[in-house]
Amino acid sequence: MKTTQILIAGFGGQGILFAGKFLAYKGLMEELQVSWLPSYGPEMRGGTANCNVILSDTPVGSPIITAPDVLIAMNLPSLQKYVDTVVPGGQIYVDSSLIDAKVERTDVQVFYIPATQMAKDNGIATLANMIIAGHLLQNHPELSFTGTDAVVSKLVPPKKAALVELNMKALQLGKDYTA
Amino acid sequence: MAERVLMKGNEAIAEAAIRAGCRHYFGYPITPQTEIAAYMAKKMPKIGGVFLQAESEIASINMVYGAAAAGMRVMTSSSSPGISLKAEGLSYIAGSDVPALVVNVQRGGPGLGGIQPSQSDYFQATKGGGHGDYRMIVLAPASVQEMASLTIKGFNLADKYLMTSMILADGTIGQMMEPITFEDAEIETYEKPWALTGTNCERPHNIVNSLYLKPDELEVKNMERYERYKLVEQNEPMWEEYMMEDAELCVVAFGIASRVAKNAVVAARNEGIKVGLIRPITLWPFPKDALLAAADKVKGFISVELNMGQMIEDVRLYTQCKKPVGLCSRCGGMIPSPEEVLESIRKAQKGEF
Amino acid sequence: MAVVFQKPKSLADIPLHYCPGCPHGIIHRLVAEVLDELGIEGKAIGVAPVGCAVMAYDYFNCDMIEAAHGRAPAVATGIKRCRPENIVFTYQGDGDLASIGMAETVHAAARNENITVIFVNNAIYGMTGGQMAPTSLPGQVTQTSPYGRDVNHCGWPIKVCEMLSTLEGPEFIARVAANNVKNVNQAKKAIKKAFQNQIEGKGFSLVEVVSACPTNWGMTPQQALKWVESDMLPYYPIGVYKDRTAAKEAAK
Repeated sequence: MKTTQILIAGFGGQGILFAGKFLAYKGLMEELQVSWLPSYGPEMRGGTANCNVILSDTPVGSPIITAPDVLIAMNLPSLQKYVDTVVPGGQIYVDSSLIDAKVERTDVQVFYIPATQMAKDNGIATLANMIIAGHLLQNHPELSFTGTDAVVSKLVPPKKAALVELNMKALQLGKDYTA
Repeated sequence: MAERVLMKGNEAIAEAAIRAGCRHYFGYPITPQTEIAAYMAKKMPKIGGVFLQAESEIASINMVYGAAAAGMRVMTSSSSPGISLKAEGLSYIAGSDVPALVVNVQRGGPGLGGIQPSQSDYFQATKGGGHGDYRMIVLAPASVQEMASLTIKGFNLADKYLMTSMILADGTIGQMMEPITFEDAEIETYEKPWALTGTNCERPHNIVNSLYLKPDELEVKNMERYERYKLVEQNEPMWEEYMMEDAELCVVAFGIASRVAKNAVVAARNEGIKVGLIRPITLWPFPKDALLAAADKVKGFISVELNMGQMIEDVRLYTQCKKPVGLCSRCGGMIPSPEEVLESIRKAQKGEF
Repeated sequence: MAVVFQKPKSLADIPLHYCPGCPHGIIHRLVAEVLDELGIEGKAIGVAPVGCAVMAYDYFNCDMIEAAHGRAPAVATGIKRCRPENIVFTYQGDGDLASIGMAETVHAAARNENITVIFVNNAIYGMTGGQMAPTSLPGQVTQTSPYGRDVNHCGWPIKVCEMLSTLEGPEFIARVAANNVKNVNQAKKAIKKAFQNQIEGKGFSLVEVVSACPTNWGMTPQQALKWVESDMLPYYPIGVYKDRTAAKEAAK
């Protein structure tokens, strides 16, 4: 039995829920059992957002993640809040253009990716989320990179079809990133 | 095989309702169920259906009453405070013996409460809510797939027994996405000779009514209704048993609480504790036989709920207090962690309930 | 150093939860300034609605109560009838006041309850994420009118001031806007009059403040204020719709 619990956290507007949907759909494509659970609340721009994605080869029990295998932290409060909940041996992805702090734990793998800066430099300013997602795919063979274009096409509304290419560009940047 | 698609629980309800033949939806915005209304607003005009946003929950349930009396498959959805407002209409619908589907995506209460997931409307759903002697079929989905399948089932049962089916979900299952398929949708249709269609001068007029001023008539009416309820209790209880074969302890949980409890049961089994889970899928009719049978096998029960302890009263009632029943619960929008449930199981193993 | 700008005493010194660019903060401030200037903070009792302003009970420093959705005028009636010496006001949005709470609104006005109603009209349900409101404009796209508000299907927007001003009951009905400095100043005058009327025992006073919702309109704050001017105000014209005292004086 292999289950991966992914917690993505940051500000509203950073595409936290979208990145989660992408990973969930990718899991669905790989014939895994998946669940996607967003935080929800009154509509407030700039508030915090997080989402729980579980990928498993057996039916998902509780969709609520208390001890993630993978944490994607898109801002400092999120990193501080969740860093200690990650299981030993787990992974933490840090958007290092927004977070100066380093993870002090030594029992986890940490990937510092200046995703927001990379996105800006490449003219895809809102897609830091997908850069990190691309890097995550690289580290998770059970998800693989193949077929990501079909997943992105499914998620992007037809009216905004131009975004498919930009999302693919972001994923590729993340995939190719080396510290 | 039908395609597996990812859908939010709320959207699954809406899509399933449409597939069940529902073409009339009346509602009023409230978090965390608004996706149902949004989905209906998009889809209904394209398939010749009606989506209407009412001016209030009170109005929307009365629109449902009217459409149900007209013989339509009709639904409304809301969340806890809105269901309290609909209580009046629920009583009239019951008193008039017309079928309807009502969805409650629960949030924390009482009062305005909060908007995070809760199961604190268990009493309201299973014991009344509105005034008078009546029952509703209460279905408690634990997955997005069940949000769909129980919606279809709910419409079928409502038509079959001429009563309201309530989907008692919660904010988590409403908001989460899981893979879902629609291949097994089994739509039952029933004749509705009582419906308001216009006599066309070809039959005596139909009257849909809950007013009986003569007490003996009202008593007969209620007794007839309870004969039907008896059939529901005989025929329709649904539940799931998980690792119960050799269980010495039994966790009882429904909806999202059962998902958390399952994790805890697995963890406890890994520690060598023989524990199982009974998950009521129908909260009314309550799966009494399953509980009573378990009471002769296990040392005790733990009721896991998102409230201050509501279903636990039914667990005690239907196990005839043969064994101790403990409570593991959080409320107000909080959800117990698998670890908290596991701790309750460990304690129960030592005889502490 | 001289203080030239500060929060009114009647407004709590805490961050408001409203989205960037939301005029609720301005309208809260106007109400608070009026409470300060009339010296009635200590006597005031506010009734918060359900909707974006639900947490107004934290923001005003006077005594506050949270009502069920739409019931604020009824709750205010209960308070005012028990404590006529207090100054009782409601602060409600369009869904709360003009949809689910229309009966309470109309009947409080018809009874000429001596209360003050601040009605914020931004043509959408904000808190629940942008559904059609009773005041959404014809053709306006919202989550529950995804193809634009079709008046043949879900009816016409309700013009609250015009409607209430047909009643014998109410004392004062006015519409203002919070989209530019001139209009904000005018709005404050109307709000002050609505409270002054209550102090003088004149009866039901309602001020509708035409407002904006950049988040759920899908606009920047600047675009939203422009849309108030170009689309909202032609449909909801600013003005005093009823002023019984002024009418009486003019008739003399």
